[in-house]
Amino acid sequence: MSRSTPLVAGIFGSLAVSVFAMVLVPQSQIGGLQAQVDRDKDEPAKIIDTYPTDHVRYGAKVYASEGCVVCHSQQVRDTQNGEDQPRGWGERRTVARDYIYDAVPFLGNSRLGPDLANVGSKAWRNEQENDPRRPAKRDAAWHYLHLYKPTAIITESNMPPYPYLFEKRKISGQRSADALPTKDVEVEEGFEIVPNAEARELVAYLLSLDRSHPLKEVKSETLAPAAAATAPVAK
Amino acid sequence: MTAVAENLTQTAAPAAGPASPTGIQRSAAAQFAIERAAIDKSTSVPVLWFFATGISWLFGATVFGFIAALKLYFPNFLSTYALTTYGRIVPAYNLAFTYGWCSLAGMGVGLWLMARLCRVPIKAPGLLILGAILWNIGLTLGVWQVLIGQSTGLDGMEMPHGAMWMMFSGFLLIGLWAAALFRARKEALAFISVWYLLGAFFWFPWVFAIANLLTSLSEVRGIMPAVVAAWFNQTLNIWWFTAIGLAAAYYLIPKVVNRPIHSYNLAAIGFWSFAFLGGLTGMLRLSGGPVPAWLVTVSIAANIMMIVPIATVTANLLLTMRGSTQMVYQSPTIRFTLFGVVMFAIGSILSVIASLRSVDKYLHFTPWLEGQQFLLLYGFFSMVIFGAIYYITPRLVGCEWLSSTLIKFHFWGAAYGGTMVIIMFLLTGISAGGRMADPESLFSQVIGSSLEYLAGRILATFLMTLGHAIFAMHFLLMLLRIGQPGGSATLFETHDEH
Repeated sequence: MSRSTPLVAGIFGSLAVSVFAMVLVPQSQIGGLQAQVDRDKDEPAKIIDTYPTDHVRYGAKVYASEGCVVCHSQQVRDTQNGEDQPRGWGERRTVARDYIYDAVPFLGNSRLGPDLANVGSKAWRNEQENDPRRPAKRDAAWHYLHLYKPTAIITESNMPPYPYLFEKRKISGQRSADALPTKDVEVEEGFEIVPNAEARELVAYLLSLDRSHPLKEVKSETLAPAAAATAPVAK
Repeated sequence: MTAVAENLTQTAAPAAGPASPTGIQRSAAAQFAIERAAIDKSTSVPVLWFFATGISWLFGATVFGFIAALKLYFPNFLSTYALTTYGRIVPAYNLAFTYGWCSLAGMGVGLWLMARLCRVPIKAPGLLILGAILWNIGLTLGVWQVLIGQSTGLDGMEMPHGAMWMMFSGFLLIGLWAAALFRARKEALAFISVWYLLGAFFWFPWVFAIANLLTSLSEVRGIMPAVVAAWFNQTLNIWWFTAIGLAAAYYLIPKVVNRPIHSYNLAAIGFWSFAFLGGLTGMLRLSGGPVPAWLVTVSIAANIMMIVPIATVTANLLLTMRGSTQMVYQSPTIRFTLFGVVMFAIGSILSVIASLRSVDKYLHFTPWLEGQQFLLLYGFFSMVIFGAIYYITPRLVGCEWLSSTLIKFHFWGAAYGGTMVIIMFLLTGISAGGRMADPESLFSQVIGSSLEYLAGRILATFLMTLGHAIFAMHFLLMLLRIGQPGGSATLFETHDEH
């Protein structure tokens, strides 16, 4: 046995411990998660609706390619770990089962923009509930305008615009249904600005992001205060 | 084991030997000097090649980083091109900085140290150069692919797999040489730097290969790629960058101050706690996230226990400096290295504090994380590597640095600029974290309020870039053999001998 054997063995041992505890055990615990099955109905639970359509999956690729994850996370923490839920980003924490259909989990490390784990759900908001600036709905048209020119919606936004996901087209006959509204976007007479295929896929993906379906392993935390608020107050 | 260290430091500076050596000692010393010259000659071309390409990447990274900082402040800047959108520039910056500058310069330093400490010349430097070329081609391809929109979207592993494996094949040529040097070593007892280097050159390929292999398997799906990426990023921070940085610091400080390492037992405790605990800190970035709680708890516990290696390593290095603090004013190498060691201590302590759940809930998702990362990779790692390059290059090109003033400018640019960038990041993190914790505040205003700090960052980046430009020019002059005649090192100021 050479004098360096303990050194080499120790270095190898540290790697083995690390891989085992930080990679292999988690893989065996959460690597094989399946969709939750509700016994009474015997059908898969709704996790970001269902297995995403091709359209949505291409949208996720656009999300990856444009690096949205650099500024936007997709994870809602529980109320003890942060104010994600009071901010309106979700009504329960997200858990490993919420990501089982993701090709790449866009958890994110940085929030220069709001969390998007549930941006496709109706309840999602990034303002106070009664803030007049809160849009009536964040539908495809809202997202298109926001992607093309974020400051048209939120004047102080520092999100970069994505003009290259849109194309300028000559109007022939009718205006396109998803052309950007002329009151917000300047364009020459007779032309319109429409989202290209990538923008459509990206928005389809964003609208598919909804992790609000109840799961057995996590309780909805904001329900409790809401219930308390509606309870009659003894005077 | 102290004897080994003593032996090493004595051979470091034969001119500084206290007493005049006897005839036998002199001939042994002469033989040693001849052997060392042969080793330096064999490492010269590949190590300079690593340094030169690393410094080029440092410039590439600086450009990307500058664009990114500007874009955060002026979102419309360069926004019409997909190539320069913020979400692509930031990963390009990170890749260029970590795999370009940090890894290439770090490998150059590591190989030189390995050859010298094992007392073995490199027999086929061509293979090392080939490895460096493959690494550079793979990295260039990867950065380009991210810029044209082929990013995987996985944090820290954005590079598509093809480019990653190309870099990996380049590394194998390099890493196998490091292993060969260790096997052929003439010193029976390995110096502590060799421990860290052996670890780094062993851990890196395994972590790299395991992470890339797993994320391309269909069985690793759902949330698991994020777990693997978190492990990959953190273990690389510890087992690759920190390990190489500490190896260099453990070599440079005793060598330049010409004293043995204060305590070899402390060094051993530091190494083993570093190796085992460091590998368990992987899940810090997923704190509060959708993974099993125990996983994060293990990492937090390991990170808190990292106080042991942090304290022992820092104490050991500083105690080695004891009585020689005036060297900070004389030796460029010591000034850079000591700055790095102090930053290592500060950064590690901040990392421990920030990992506590009660603190993390405020700082998570804020620029604090970026600040911590920059503190590690620039404040500590890059500064130590700068020090090492100032020490090594004269021994490879045969002349000394042209001007101590230029080195001084580089130091102040890097130290002031780097520190300011770090402080800006950390302050932004605290400010944004505090406001984010108040659900009444509008999110866009949370971010808007922190943009003021980012303006300061742009200014600080200027200073750093200036320092890097001076450094690169100085290095280029060395490559052209324009410098002071070899023999006595370029020091900041000379003191009369008492």
